[in-house]
Amino acid sequence: MSKLLTWVDDRFPATKVWEEHLAKYYAPKNFNFWYYFGSLAVLVLVIQILTGIFLTIHYKPDSELAFASVEYIMRDVPWGWLMRYLHSTGGSAFFIIIYLHMFRAMLYGSHRNPRELVWLIGCIIYVAMMAEAFMGYLLPWGNMSYWGAQVIISLFTAIPGIGEGLALWIRGDFVVSDATLNRFFAFHVVLIPLILIGLVFVHIVALHKVGSNNPDGIDIKKVKNENGIPVDGIPFHPYYTVKDIMGAVFFLILFSIVIFFMPEFFGIFLEKDNFTPANPLQTPEDIVPLWYFTPYYSILRANTVNFFWIDAKLWGVIFMGLAIVMFFLLPWLDRSPVKSIRYRGVQYKVWLTLFAISFVLLGYLGLKNPNHVDLFLFKNVIWAQIMTVIYFLFFLLMPFYSKADKTKPVPERVSSK
Amino acid sequence: MMRLSCAIVLAWFSAVSLAAGPSKPVDSVYINLSDKASLQRGAALFVSYCVSCHSAGYMRYNRMGKDLDISDTVLKENFMFAADKPGSLMLSNMSPEDGKNWFGVAPPDLTLEARLRKPDWIYTYMRSFHVDDNTVSGWNNTLFENVAMPHVLYGLQGSQRLVGTDHDTGKPEFELVKQGSMTPQEYDEAMRDLTNFLVYLAEPVRLSRQTVGVFVIAFLIVLFIFAYLLKKEYWRDVH
Repeated sequence: MSKLLTWVDDRFPATKVWEEHLAKYYAPKNFNFWYYFGSLAVLVLVIQILTGIFLTIHYKPDSELAFASVEYIMRDVPWGWLMRYLHSTGGSAFFIIIYLHMFRAMLYGSHRNPRELVWLIGCIIYVAMMAEAFMGYLLPWGNMSYWGAQVIISLFTAIPGIGEGLALWIRGDFVVSDATLNRFFAFHVVLIPLILIGLVFVHIVALHKVGSNNPDGIDIKKVKNENGIPVDGIPFHPYYTVKDIMGAVFFLILFSIVIFFMPEFFGIFLEKDNFTPANPLQTPEDIVPLWYFTPYYSILRANTVNFFWIDAKLWGVIFMGLAIVMFFLLPWLDRSPVKSIRYRGVQYKVWLTLFAISFVLLGYLGLKNPNHVDLFLFKNVIWAQIMTVIYFLFFLLMPFYSKADKTKPVPERVSSK
Repeated sequence: MMRLSCAIVLAWFSAVSLAAGPSKPVDSVYINLSDKASLQRGAALFVSYCVSCHSAGYMRYNRMGKDLDISDTVLKENFMFAADKPGSLMLSNMSPEDGKNWFGVAPPDLTLEARLRKPDWIYTYMRSFHVDDNTVSGWNNTLFENVAMPHVLYGLQGSQRLVGTDHDTGKPEFELVKQGSMTPQEYDEAMRDLTNFLVYLAEPVRLSRQTVGVFVIAFLIVLFIFAYLLKKEYWRDVH
């Protein structure tokens, strides 16, 4: 056995890779609850790829056949229903996990020097995921899929000059049609998964170059023992592999509850209007995107005023774009001398809380009719405007409040929990 | 093209809600998929009355037979009026074109109706037909106003007249003008069976997925205990 390994090692760095990334990759010993989501994201990516391959075997990317082929998978293909629910629930689970994973970074300053590239690659993964989800959502060819795609693609028409042409180029037709379905299928099952897998690989390589952050935001490499191993580090394998297995099983329990007992998840994961085939002549009562896009959808709809000779729709598109760009700028907006929220002052804590509230509320409001009153006092659109302002102020004022904030002294060594 | 984008933009920035105001009150119905007899009675109603115009085009007769304990012989004799092979899809003999010509709109496929609308809606809808001289069919429905569908089950329910609206609940009040072959209680019970069947029809695997789920989750809980103990054992030396 060891002879075989030597033979391989002479030709391929098997042992080297194993040690560098698992057995001798020293991770801080004080990871908490928030540190499960990285490995869970990988787990869900694998689930999506495997179930996706299964679905591709039975699905027909044709506007005449697509809807019926999904019902065929649900009824006639053995265990097809399970694969379909795993995939549809997996899509939502992926976003829940990624949002928590991103929030973790904002809690403990994981995006700060020297991990800016890890963060930037992560942001690109997030954008790729959104493209993946958006295109996958059209494939079942339900009425909401159809109209959701119609509305989102029509956003591009707001761009002056090239807008109309760009939308036409994306659709491959003047409206969402069979041509659109076919290309979205190609992108959803081949192009974007390839990009995603590549980006996830680069994300992990970049992380392992600089080492993991931790809830204290302290560099564990500062204190090493005589062998050059960080005193507060433990090898990823076996310590975090066994811990992450435990986390994965716990996640699978929650995941199974949704899949087996509430696959529609109150009409949020599978919307009722998608149980009728796409009908270009009949608009659903309210066109809403799936829940993970609704914070941005709310920001889009919150722009209701034309000014500076630019109409409200274009402002909406601009702000929606900027809302995502803000995440990319985060490492440079944050000027605090400390990384972790544990040693930050009250200002950052208040702003981060406000941001979290605004993001969740924008998401909620995006599912609702803007002219109804679902919270209190104001119509939904007014609340969305207030929350949009808070969302942007969190980012734009960060250079000031993060610097002015009173911070606590940071210890030399990580604290045990 | 320009018109379409404008329409889409209008639909979404419009200050007027496109939804037709608050939704109408519905009666709640008790759905119980483990009641096989109810599902069978519902299936019988469905194939006798609904399939003449509506398809359940994603569902096969033999799947229904297998799930509801109906043998192929009984299936062929009593359930398959519109097809001859047990493996056939439950398609209506009426073509969508004919439907459009006769009713002004093609009768929709009902396979997924219970997931598109809610069971309560279906149950209420089937009990809300009343005579109306102002419509082409002579029938109207309080839940789905000016619906093209006539009251197909009037032979069972009889015909009822709209009397008024209950002030507290906002629900319509009917008066039976002509008694059908069923009493009002029997008719309500039959509509519960039909709704129950439509819920099954919309997702046949619902009969078994929860049972599968119980086993999967039980297994995962046991696995979690071992995963937890394994983690605890490995982490003993981390302080």
